[in-house]
Amino acid sequence: MHPFTRQVRDFFVSLKLTVVLLACSLVLVFAATLAQVELGIYVVQERFFHSFIAIWHVGSLYVPLPGGYLVGGLLLINLIAAHIYRLKFEWRKAGIQLTHGGLIVLLIGELLTGLWQEDFSMQLSENETKSYSESFRLHELAVIDTTDAQFDDVVVIPDTKLARSETVQHPKLPFRVVTRAFYPNAALARRDASAPQAAGSAVPAITQGMGSAVAVTPLPITYKPNETNSPAAIIEIIGADASLGTWLVSPELGMPQTFSHAGRTWRLALRLQRAYKPFALQLLKVTHDIYVGTDLPKNFSSRIKLTTPDGRDDREVLIYMNNPLRYGGFTFYQYQMNAATGLTVFQVVRNPSWLLPYIACIMMGFGLVLQFGLSLLKFIDKRRTTSTPAAA
Amino acid sequence: MKKLIPLVLVLVGLGIVAASFVPPRNATDFNLLGFGRLPVVVNGRVKPLDTVARTTLLVFQSSQNIPTPDGKKLTPDAWLLDVVFNGPKADTYQHFEINHPDVLALFGLRSDEGRGGRRFSFQQIEKNISELQRQAKLVEPVESALRTPFQKAVVQLYANVGLYFRLKGSLVAPDHKDFLAELLAFQKNVAAGVDAVRAKQAGKPHDAALAEQMMETGGRFSRMSELAYLLAVPPDEGESNTSGWKKVGESLLDSFQSGRVPSSAMVYAGLARTWRAGQAKEFNELLGLYQAQLDKGFATTLKKSGAEVRFNAANPFYTAMVLYVLAFLVAVISWLKWPAELGRSAFWLVTFAWLLTTAGIVMRMWLEGRPPVTNLYSSALFVGWVAVAACLVLEYFYRNAIGTVAAGLVGFGTLLIAYYLALDGDTLEMMRAVLDSNFWLATHVVTVTAGYGATFLAGFLALIYVSRGLFTTSLDKATADTLNRMVYGIVCFATLFSLIGTVLGGIWADQSWGRFWGWDPKENGALLIVIWNAIILHARWGGLAKARGIMALAVFGNIVTAWSWFGVNMLGVGLHSYGFMDSAFFWLVAFAASQLVFIALACVPLEKWRSFRTTTAA
Repeated sequence: MHPFTRQVRDFFVSLKLTVVLLACSLVLVFAATLAQVELGIYVVQERFFHSFIAIWHVGSLYVPLPGGYLVGGLLLINLIAAHIYRLKFEWRKAGIQLTHGGLIVLLIGELLTGLWQEDFSMQLSENETKSYSESFRLHELAVIDTTDAQFDDVVVIPDTKLARSETVQHPKLPFRVVTRAFYPNAALARRDASAPQAAGSAVPAITQGMGSAVAVTPLPITYKPNETNSPAAIIEIIGADASLGTWLVSPELGMPQTFSHAGRTWRLALRLQRAYKPFALQLLKVTHDIYVGTDLPKNFSSRIKLTTPDGRDDREVLIYMNNPLRYGGFTFYQYQMNAATGLTVFQVVRNPSWLLPYIACIMMGFGLVLQFGLSLLKFIDKRRTTSTPAAA
Repeated sequence: MKKLIPLVLVLVGLGIVAASFVPPRNATDFNLLGFGRLPVVVNGRVKPLDTVARTTLLVFQSSQNIPTPDGKKLTPDAWLLDVVFNGPKADTYQHFEINHPDVLALFGLRSDEGRGGRRFSFQQIEKNISELQRQAKLVEPVESALRTPFQKAVVQLYANVGLYFRLKGSLVAPDHKDFLAELLAFQKNVAAGVDAVRAKQAGKPHDAALAEQMMETGGRFSRMSELAYLLAVPPDEGESNTSGWKKVGESLLDSFQSGRVPSSAMVYAGLARTWRAGQAKEFNELLGLYQAQLDKGFATTLKKSGAEVRFNAANPFYTAMVLYVLAFLVAVISWLKWPAELGRSAFWLVTFAWLLTTAGIVMRMWLEGRPPVTNLYSSALFVGWVAVAACLVLEYFYRNAIGTVAAGLVGFGTLLIAYYLALDGDTLEMMRAVLDSNFWLATHVVTVTAGYGATFLAGFLALIYVSRGLFTTSLDKATADTLNRMVYGIVCFATLFSLIGTVLGGIWADQSWGRFWGWDPKENGALLIVIWNAIILHARWGGLAKARGIMALAVFGNIVTAWSWFGVNMLGVGLHSYGFMDSAFFWLVAFAASQLVFIALACVPLEKWRSFRTTTAA
């Protein structure tokens, strides 16, 4: 082996690197915990763990730290390299091998979760039936052709396209959709239709729909865990010959806006991104128990009816705290509830790698018990043999 | 004589244990204990009035000891009886703790006017109570994390005074002269009275005086029902109906419909009259009748609350604290003189203390119907329990009193922490919906807490190593090697428990809210302990740290564990921070600083260590 490659190999195999990386991860995790007070959990996840370099603000200082991907990735390489070159398989070291194997499974599982996991929410009122869940954060502009009473023809434009102000020309739409302005977070307020937008405001004019009576105030993006961003966009619809005007779209408006063009009727709405499911849930009843004489919640549960279009599944399910419904690759968790208005919100998660932590836990548990158990037995044995002659 | 030492010490230990098991006796002619055993519901849990009395006293004044103004000692039950039945007398008891000088200034009080310089009676603060209320309203909009010590003290005192009022209105009308007479008159007139009120409302002829009286009584009951703190009227259906408990005021309002005053309300009114009049015989008879009646539908509840009263009186954790201190002293002395005899005695003292805490924890589990760890308080008990159990195992193998010294330290320390955590009120709390899972409490929480205990133990063993090595000549080579092996072994167990516990926590999170790992502060705290233990193990395997280095690392483990146990709760973010405490912040920092001093000491060059200096000299 070339001396240089040997050096590189030795670096990646060494226990020193392991200890240094573990120490780095210690600092990273600690910094990330403190940073949550300011930034909130979501931003911290992105900046500290889903990154190669994390910048930690300590007062007015900016401290660069190796990010989660860097530390985790190097640890993974270090671990695998150590097992190839340094820790040859031996039965008496089976415990360590199994523990490290479990750790590898866990790290890979987290990587896959980061890549594959999708989170949605599903909000249901009592007796309401839904076959789609909604994103927590991402929005989409839905352009719905409602001309046919039998069905809706829907074209959706994700908010990322709106944010880039791309012009959208879809084969199903006899017009172009042009974003004139996009605000990731904005407040809407009622405004006298005749009065212009506030002087000095850079918000483009809104000529059509409900927006003409609304004042738009762009807001900074919030990262606080108890606040949400409410986007707004001003879009222009341009037909083959001429512009149809500009519309304000925002989930705050509460209902879609309708317009007609080329003999067809369209509805326009900026809403949370939807993911349709091949099955439907109907909320039958929500229950919110509290301990007597207190307002301490004892249990939240939602009784639902699960149906598929082919009729194969048609059953009632009870979803409650610590008891989610797993169905069709999705898991439905009791997330929020308002028992007074009969409203429930499920968190809907799709994570194909959800089993990996369970496997990792079993491997590491067995591995550590084996490793330390063997050491303990050896120790007890040694003490017995050394203490016997002493006693004699 | 030397041979007798273990026997004497073990007998002393057994005597201390036995003393705590002696059943409590009534101090007066009144059956105070019987009253203390009566079950009520507070914060969702059925508990004896004795527990209410003790926890309220702890909340009010950080102590269960309460004397009358003329210096007579009151039992918590007698104190509660005066509060609920004899308000004017209770108003003279100095049971409101006020430490902040500015709060005292609100009432124009000086600290030397209080009992022990800090405890004041309702009478002393009564005249300026509206000013307290005004101050509390001013603080209300301030987020609790941002409040100044003065604001916190105001809010605390205001809440305590509020609780005092609520207790006074819990069983009888707070300003009653003779509530029993009132209820008997009401019982006689209720049917006619309701008719009179109905007639009045319908505009028909009616007995105006009676209707007026009924309306007034209704108002009185309704105020009681708004005010009351205790749910003292058990459901008619018996103990199977856990959510049917009512306040006395509520049940009295119901009697307008039913025309029947509930017997519990009558009994409490009767107890009030006899207690005020000092009629012990009548009080005890009435109590006996009520207990016999409860015994029909609430036999299990009564048995449980009786057991809880015994448990309160025995206070096994306090006794264990005394024993741990004793064991620690005996074990330390054993390093200097009579190692075999004193070492063995210390081992038995620790064993007694540990058995007592075991009994206490099992008792709490039975009362609550839960695994051992459900809140911060019980985690302190359990951390100590696990660490001391490991110490006993170490001592069984090595017999060098190191295990017992560590047990004394950790056992006493954790029980002391538990003692301070108990000042917040009843430690047997109901579990919020998301935590309501005995399976996960029994697996994840127990394993993680055991991991805390093991990591602390490794750190305390390292403290012993540093202290003995640096300051005494007692750390010979063999002992040093033994300690080294002990720390290694305990770190192995700490790794096992904290790693498995943390991963199980992830799996619970996956079951409960849909993600295995979310970098929540509490999760991060647990992860830090795992990483730290892994660092110690790998540093040792890689030869990066020798004995002293490992000890320094193990001491730092104390800081890491203290951070994840208490520190993360002080951040006030995250899904499952289960307690925000700020006075504790000071102690956390102080503890961390003390550990840093020990780490610095561990770094002192070897030739300066008294133990090793003599070895090299020899």
